Amino acid sequence: MLGLFLLPLFAVFVRSINSEFFNYAFSKQALDALKLSLATSTITTVCAILLGTPLAYVLANWKLKYKSWLELLIDLPIVLPPSVAGLALLIAFGRRGLFGSYLNLIGISLPFTTVAVIMAQMFVAAPLYIRSARVGFTGIDKQLEEAANVEGANRWQMFREVMLPLTGKTLLSGAILTWTRALGEFGATILFAGNLEGVTQTMPMAIYLGFERNLGVALALSVMLVIVSVSLLALTRRLEKPDHD
Amino acid sequence: MKRFASLILLLVLFVAGCAPASTPAPEPVTLNVFAAASLTDAFTEIGNNFQTANPNVTVTFNFAGSQALRTQIEEGAPADVFASASGKEMEALVTGSFVAPESSQVFLNNKLVVILPANNPAGIDSIEDLANAGIKIVFAAEEVPVGRYSREALDKMSGMYGSDFKDKVLANVVSNEDNVKQVVAKVQLGEADAGIVYTSDAIAAPELVTIEIPTDINVVAKYPIAPLVESANAELAHAFIAYVLSDEGQAILQK
Repeated sequence: MLGLFLLPLFAVFVRSINSEFFNYAFSKQALDALKLSLATSTITTVCAILLGTPLAYVLANWKLKYKSWLELLIDLPIVLPPSVAGLALLIAFGRRGLFGSYLNLIGISLPFTTVAVIMAQMFVAAPLYIRSARVGFTGIDKQLEEAANVEGANRWQMFREVMLPLTGKTLLSGAILTWTRALGEFGATILFAGNLEGVTQTMPMAIYLGFERNLGVALALSVMLVIVSVSLLALTRRLEKPDHD
Repeated sequence: MKRFASLILLLVLFVAGCAPASTPAPEPVTLNVFAAASLTDAFTEIGNNFQTANPNVTVTFNFAGSQALRTQIEEGAPADVFASASGKEMEALVTGSFVAPESSQVFLNNKLVVILPANNPAGIDSIEDLANAGIKIVFAAEEVPVGRYSREALDKMSGMYGSDFKDKVLANVVSNEDNVKQVVAKVQLGEADAGIVYTSDAIAAPELVTIEIPTDINVVAKYPIAPLVESANAELAHAFIAYVLSDEGQAILQK
């Protein structure tokens, strides 16, 4: 089992080590893809935090009808094959899509744009953050909230002084998970956003096409992506460790 | 296990019973054919016919961009036959000793054609219109044979429509898809206003509007086919290639 996990990674590193590695890793195509990947996945993560935190808070604290169904639907993209996600996005927001055709009327066309890349990443990655945040908020002792209420705290103070300190780490590790998932997003992106260097060609896309043109570039990019992902995961693990102070 | 074995025995007896008494039932074999994505429709039909003629054979296809197939073969994927959309990928495999020198044969000439969605939203009436500002064109990536040919054709077109024609068209490209079928799909969905594909792909998608590219500015793709050196079914691989080259096979490819 471990061999299955580790040998492929090992092979990528071994095969990528050659005199051309830095030429490949710093080629214009590779750097464009790296920049685009970092920019889009960061925007995705920021949007996920800004929009997902209130949503998670509401899900954790309000009594809503059909709440469990809503939660299920929000979790769905986590397990959905990315190709389904890409197709669904295209059918919904494409130029002739169910909603995209209306956007098209006012001159907005989403497919093949950087916005489409971010939408695809949001679709598949933001649920990871929302899920962590929801679990975090649910875990807060209700007595603490009542105590804060008695003290006369308003909603914002409650959120800032009680919720955030207690759930900060959970939120952060959720955000990192979203970020790494967004960084690796491929299937939904290639269907919905297409592939154009500097506009929609993210790292996974460049790796896929590199597989067809230049294995060297693909390997160099893979190594970079593995290193970034490992660092981010290591950070999450540190955050998940319980405090002792 | 016992039950399974007896089932197999029964099956074998049954098959043997059906076969003419003089010839023993041939062993079932699988023929792995790696073929360019643009061959999907024609080769699927050819494969079915070949299976009908050779009931013990199962033809398994791997359709993808020729360059992807080439990499897969170089990395050890088990293929018996390789049908490429370009000589370049075949030559690379000959260089790498995956294909015997001079064993490949051209079995198909495929021209390029411009495709448009059924309702032609961008109002494209001629090849020259591809340079109109603001239209959305989808090409195959330069790594894919059809993408390379499309760009070669653009070079030729620039000779006819003005030296900046190619740059103007390339500025309209919104995506470089990883195989020709993806180009067809994006135009079919109406996400792109135009694309360049092989004539065979346009024929397979009759609802699309096509604009013929005149011969002097077109590019003809020569498709080579060859058996792989490592093939475990060399005889069968040759038989399959012979069928592709036969009148019957050629008729299917011309459809």
